[in-house]
Amino acid sequence: MSAERLQDLLVRGLDGDSRAYHGFLSELTGYLRSYLMRRLSSLPDDVEDLVQESLLAIHNKRHTYDRTQPLAAWVYAIARYKLVDFLRGRAIRDSLNTPLDEEDSFFATSNTDAAEARQDIMKLLDQLPEKQRMPIIHTKLDGLSVEEAAQKSGMSESALKVGVHRGMKALAALVGERR
Amino acid sequence: MRTNELINMLATGANLEQTSDPWRRLAYAIGSGALVSSILMVKAIPVNPDITNAIQLAAFWQKLGFAAAIAAVALLMVFRLSRPGVRLGNVLPALMVPILAIWILAGIALVTAEPEARASLFFGNTWKVCPFLITMLATPVFAASFWAMRDLAPTNLRLAGAAAGLLSGAVGAVVYCFHCPEMEAPFIAFWYLLGILIPTVVGGLAGEKMLRW
Repeated sequence: MSAERLQDLLVRGLDGDSRAYHGFLSELTGYLRSYLMRRLSSLPDDVEDLVQESLLAIHNKRHTYDRTQPLAAWVYAIARYKLVDFLRGRAIRDSLNTPLDEEDSFFATSNTDAAEARQDIMKLLDQLPEKQRMPIIHTKLDGLSVEEAAQKSGMSESALKVGVHRGMKALAALVGERR
Repeated sequence: MRTNELINMLATGANLEQTSDPWRRLAYAIGSGALVSSILMVKAIPVNPDITNAIQLAAFWQKLGFAAAIAAVALLMVFRLSRPGVRLGNVLPALMVPILAIWILAGIALVTAEPEARASLFFGNTWKVCPFLITMLATPVFAASFWAMRDLAPTNLRLAGAAAGLLSGAVGAVVYCFHCPEMEAPFIAFWYLLGILIPTVVGGLAGEKMLRW
């Protein structure tokens, strides 16, 4: 069962195993894309943007996952929320009129065929204030440890962690605003 | 940016951002809101001078129990609605229990009273201020729970906002019990409930915009 394996990967990721977490996000992406393609069949160019936005949301809200909860219910609720938010922004409600309960079939189909996203999260990163941008670049792009990044930037370790945390939230907000 | 690059970025240093527990923060926010609300009551509309006698009456505990039961159900709703993919379950029937109970008690009180006494059972002496004072005492918990819920992930914003409003109204009513001299069930069943419902409606309307993430 892919759902159980994915859940295992996420739980290990939440415990600090970044390789498991990478595996979780990579594999989840296929299911997210497949789901969003089905629901956004009239707007195929927006699918990859929304895949990325959903991934960012899942990452930023990962503390709301309860380990005893079925993974599909949690992921589906977030993906659907982002889809509804997107469609509301565009005032397109038609495609939501079919009240399919897709939670149970969320892990049934996956699509690993990535298209090009239109938004560039890297460019959005430039809009963040320095004390959020640099911690993200050091730890998440250059792969430095917290201690190394703190030394390099002259920030304290806790200030650095707060910078990453707030920066990721600000990034997700910028992605939502741009539409 | 390609999606696999984003995934690399998200998974690098995956564990380092967990700086605080947002569930604990929600609990602290609601607790501090309740504390501020109590201080507000003591300072702005003092404690009932007759409180030592009032707490010996069953009617006092009846109205306190009514407000506290709604607060307990609303608290459960706030926590459930802040977590994606969690169903509300049987909270709506649970919410109806204290409301129906007070309505039944109110009905009995009105039916058994002398006709000329009914108006004073319903209006008491303070009906004009009661719902507004409860709403005022609700504002600290209202603001605190909205603030804390933004870090969680409510997916039904209107309902989540209404639940936060209901919680704040019920906490406001609990605090108000220590000021309010009214004890009659018909008064509680209408004016207290109205005071609780005002922040609930405001929360539902505000949730859509203020809880968006």
